[in-house]
Amino acid sequence: MPKTLYDKLWDSHVVRTEADGTALIYIDRHLVHEVTSPQAFEGLRLAGRKPWRATSIVATADHNTPTDHWERGIDDPISREQVETLDANIRQFGALAYYPFRDPRQGIVHVIGPENGATLPGMTVVCGDSHTSTHGAFACLAHGIGTSEVEHVLATQCLLQKKSKNMLIRLEGVASPGVYAKDLILAVIGRIGTAGGTGYAIEFAGEAISALSMEGRMTVCNMAIEAGARAGMVAVDDKTIEYLRDKPFAPKGELWERALAYWRTLVSDADAHFDALVSLDASTIKPQVTWGTSPEMVTDIEGVVPDPSSFKDPVKREGAMRALAYMGLAPGTRIVDISIDQVFIGSCTNSRIEDLRAAAAVVKGRKKAASVKRVLVVPGSGQVKRQAEAEGLHRIFLEAGFEWREPGCSMCLAMNADRLEPGERCASTSNRNFEGRQGAGGRTHLVSPAMAAAAAIAGHFVDVREFVG
Amino acid sequence: MRPFTTHEGLVAPLDRANVDTDAIIPKQFLKSIKRTGFGPYLFDEWRYLDHGEPGMDCARRPKNPAFVLNQPRYEGATILLARENFGCGSSREHAPWALADYGFRALIAPSFADIFYNNCFKNGLLPIVLPAAAVDDLFRQVEATPGYRLVIDLPTQTVRRPDGLVLAFEIDAFRKECLLNGWDEIGLTLRHADEIRAFEARHREAYPWLFA
Ligand code: SF4
Repeated sequence: MPKTLYDKLWDSHVVRTEADGTALIYIDRHLVHEVTSPQAFEGLRLAGRKPWRATSIVATADHNTPTDHWERGIDDPISREQVETLDANIRQFGALAYYPFRDPRQGIVHVIGPENGATLPGMTVVCGDSHTSTHGAFACLAHGIGTSEVEHVLATQCLLQKKSKNMLIRLEGVASPGVYAKDLILAVIGRIGTAGGTGYAIEFAGEAISALSMEGRMTVCNMAIEAGARAGMVAVDDKTIEYLRDKPFAPKGELWERALAYWRTLVSDADAHFDALVSLDASTIKPQVTWGTSPEMVTDIEGVVPDPSSFKDPVKREGAMRALAYMGLAPGTRIVDISIDQVFIGSCTNSRIEDLRAAAAVVKGRKKAASVKRVLVVPGSGQVKRQAEAEGLHRIFLEAGFEWREPGCSMCLAMNADRLEPGERCASTSNRNFEGRQGAGGRTHLVSPAMAAAAAIAGHFVDVREFVG
Repeated sequence: MRPFTTHEGLVAPLDRANVDTDAIIPKQFLKSIKRTGFGPYLFDEWRYLDHGEPGMDCARRPKNPAFVLNQPRYEGATILLARENFGCGSSREHAPWALADYGFRALIAPSFADIFYNNCFKNGLLPIVLPAAAVDDLFRQVEATPGYRLVIDLPTQTVRRPDGLVLAFEIDAFRKECLLNGWDEIGLTLRHADEIRAFEARHREAYPWLFA
């Protein structure tokens, strides 16, 4: 029977299946960070259990860590305790690799996995973090789990799962210059809604996906969760393989050849069955900007803030009204007329080298608008930071009046000191515009790195196609 | 885990769609390394007028009188009635921990976000999916009837309204079994340790680079 990529990944990891279809799935890679792991390690300790396979673990501290003055350590005592708890847990239980706070290879868990080759095609990858879907860009079955499941995976190397349905999202055609992976995925979410992918594993395909770099594909898969799907994925092609060649944890020599032969099979068969199909024409997609407090509340740079009364569904209408009140926006306001207070370029969605290059290309030789209080550029990892500095990107940012920070999650979720003040409006390259996400009362507009950079320079949203055209 | 069999309780209605995990428990409370104590901070930004930080004494904080859980008629509620896509956002288990710690035992909504739904079961919290029309109806009834209570019966998979109407819901047989018995899933899985070991050996044979 022809299989989808998801079917193949699923089938190759089923240990056993219960009568009701609940399966025990073997886990190849377990990514661990400080926020969702302490209670899991504690549970393990209380039950007198050990990790089943500690060498499946790659760990880092990213959510709580500060992004400046690393020499001072972590000021917030509660954050510090959480980070130190991870240090102690890894010391006690072991791991394949640990990149603690201030390690040169530390970074956002979803950035360091791929860049070290710890995420490989055909793997099952889990992490106590919903954006684990990012790793699906490498034809992995990757999804976020809760802390009880983190403990379950630690103790058993398995996860209890029910198989999802298959959804194929095709992005046909070629995206125009100034339209990036972030715009594609925001347009998809605008189309299918934040619950559109619930119950599905999504495979992204089509000309516009093939044309993306691995970084771009990670951006797309990263936000599969914002479309309601636990997992998003892209089939293996030459780009996947070229990206992984010579990465520290990628196989070498004869093993590499063997792995390659297998990886090449990690594509959906030609006549595989999908339970749902969605198709978008990428050539018609324009730079996207969210206007509300859910990623599906999105329009393009030529658009306006919608009138809640235009929503037929009363729940959506109510949601839009509440969102506009929170966002301090009036219906009919043109997106280009929305001015901003802060800009955040970073997060596991958009903090890779390509994202920083796209932002720097827009910024080069220009200056931050005086009305913009602060522009944070937060690389996704120590490696990304060094690469950017080697290319001189940090100088472009600094000369423009931006801040160049140490790696971490930073203002994506504002668990450290980087946050918005109540009422402040931010152009952000992260993935969630929920109320209070970037600080209590903060107002988030999700955009691509180039759009964020352009907004920093103009002081309000502008069509980045004018900059890169 | 605390077993769940039948439960009768007061219902509180939270009439908004897409309630996300950041709203259920704002991130400043995720810095705790414990599983308990999150209840006072449940829906913190909606529930209180000031900004909450971990360790604050919530009894002294100014409450937002407009927020539903602060209305005296919903005091002691153990069943939360919600709208579609409840629990969307992060995979953090702090959201079900906070709901359970507050005293909720069951949630009723037309749909839940996947990971959140899953996490509820691990914490003795029963998420019940009912058709949108039935949920609409419940919202009307709850709002019109102070002291509105429901009876949830897990063995028969039903919700009984005070007017005697019985609503059936679906649940996986395995999850139901675990919840009814309060079973520890890790212990259950480890009963299959030999099978896992055998699988692992075959997996290592086929994909040795994963174990290098
Ligand atoms: S960058 Fe944001 S979304 Fe990504 S792992 Fe960190 S907090 Fe989560």
